[in-house]
Amino acid sequence: MTTVPRFAPDAPGTHPPLDFAGYRSTALRHPSRPLLVLPQRLTELTGPLFGHDRVQPGDDDLTWYDGGEAVGQRIVVHGRLLDSDGRAVPDALLEVWQANAGGRYRHVVDQWPSPLDPHFAGNGRVVTDSDGRYRFTTIRPGAYPWGNHPNAWRPAHIHFSVFGQAFTQRLITQMYFPDDPLFFQDPIFNSVPDPAARQRLVSAYDHGATVESWALGFRFDIVLRGRDQTPFETEPDDD
Amino acid sequence: MTERTTERVTEEATGALGTTPSQTIGPFLSIVLPWPDGPDVVTGGGVLLTGRLTDGRGDPIPDGLVEIWQADADGRFGTGFRGFGRCPTDPDGGFAFRTVVPGSVDGEQAPHIDVSVFCRGLLNRVVTRIYFPDQPLNATDPVLTALGDDAARLVAARTEAGYHLDVRLQGDGETPFFAL
Repeated sequence: MTTVPRFAPDAPGTHPPLDFAGYRSTALRHPSRPLLVLPQRLTELTGPLFGHDRVQPGDDDLTWYDGGEAVGQRIVVHGRLLDSDGRAVPDALLEVWQANAGGRYRHVVDQWPSPLDPHFAGNGRVVTDSDGRYRFTTIRPGAYPWGNHPNAWRPAHIHFSVFGQAFTQRLITQMYFPDDPLFFQDPIFNSVPDPAARQRLVSAYDHGATVESWALGFRFDIVLRGRDQTPFETEPDDD
Repeated sequence: MTERTTERVTEEATGALGTTPSQTIGPFLSIVLPWPDGPDVVTGGGVLLTGRLTDGRGDPIPDGLVEIWQADADGRFGTGFRGFGRCPTDPDGGFAFRTVVPGSVDGEQAPHIDVSVFCRGLLNRVVTRIYFPDQPLNATDPVLTALGDDAARLVAARTEAGYHLDVRLQGDGETPFFAL
């Protein structure tokens, strides 16, 4: 008999509610009807396995683009991809994107008066190793204004897209920097109900990862849903 | 003491870690997430699976990302079949994948595709499914039957090139979404 583990639920308060008045764009973009529980069956317990075939040499270094070096504070971001049981998630594709040192994205929608950096594109890809570790080098992103509320500024952040090993584990999130003075007024950061869960979005300064005369180190571990105690048996009459 | 003692000890030994919260994909996803071959679950043949993503006013969502995950035509995973597609929405909210109609994964569930939708204004992804018309198992599929009259909103319509299903985040004709 084949058994596949189900994934344990996230603790209440981990994820933001879809209807969150403080973030205005949610108003017309959240389902108004309650979500139905989708039983975890084979389609939910499996997932795409992308790895090194999606990553090119240099994708882990965002500090060099179009023949030159990006301006700003060079940083190394590293951490482990784990599940909530503490198991490493190996061979998982992480895709990251971010604003430049001045808080400007290389994107047609971003037109605020902060300069583009001709040598910063703001995109990276890495794959976790057998121990779930990842590491990339980039420029510390700047904060930027947005129109959500008067004098609204997003705290500096790096976007992460994470596949994990199953459809159920798919996660898109944002990594923040410690002690950002803009947290208090940011509805996206504060949409996470549980304050302890919110803090898990904040990287830690890591002097051990700081490279002498080169780059400051920050650590950001990412935890995906782990296995439930009750295994799932694949016989159709067994559910 | 209960029969669950062993499990509890194991849990303490490994240490249950809190999971990382979701955050919105935001408006700038096209900096890295679109892949040239993203919409191609298969590289040739197959069918075109199209749809349109709209908001609570019925307006197109031009800055979304739709991802799909499915079994192969025989209902299998892990056979080398990619099974995954990713498509950013166009200015009209449209998305299009080249894929095959999956087989039933277990003989019980009707052929289906799992769907994740991400966009600015969604603080977490929403998950839904796409089913196909004229599948005998649709009548007894546990998810479709649980949806009752709303089941029809998850069943794609036949088109000349394949199938089409609109995804509406909110309001009239709102798509049924699932918690996983």
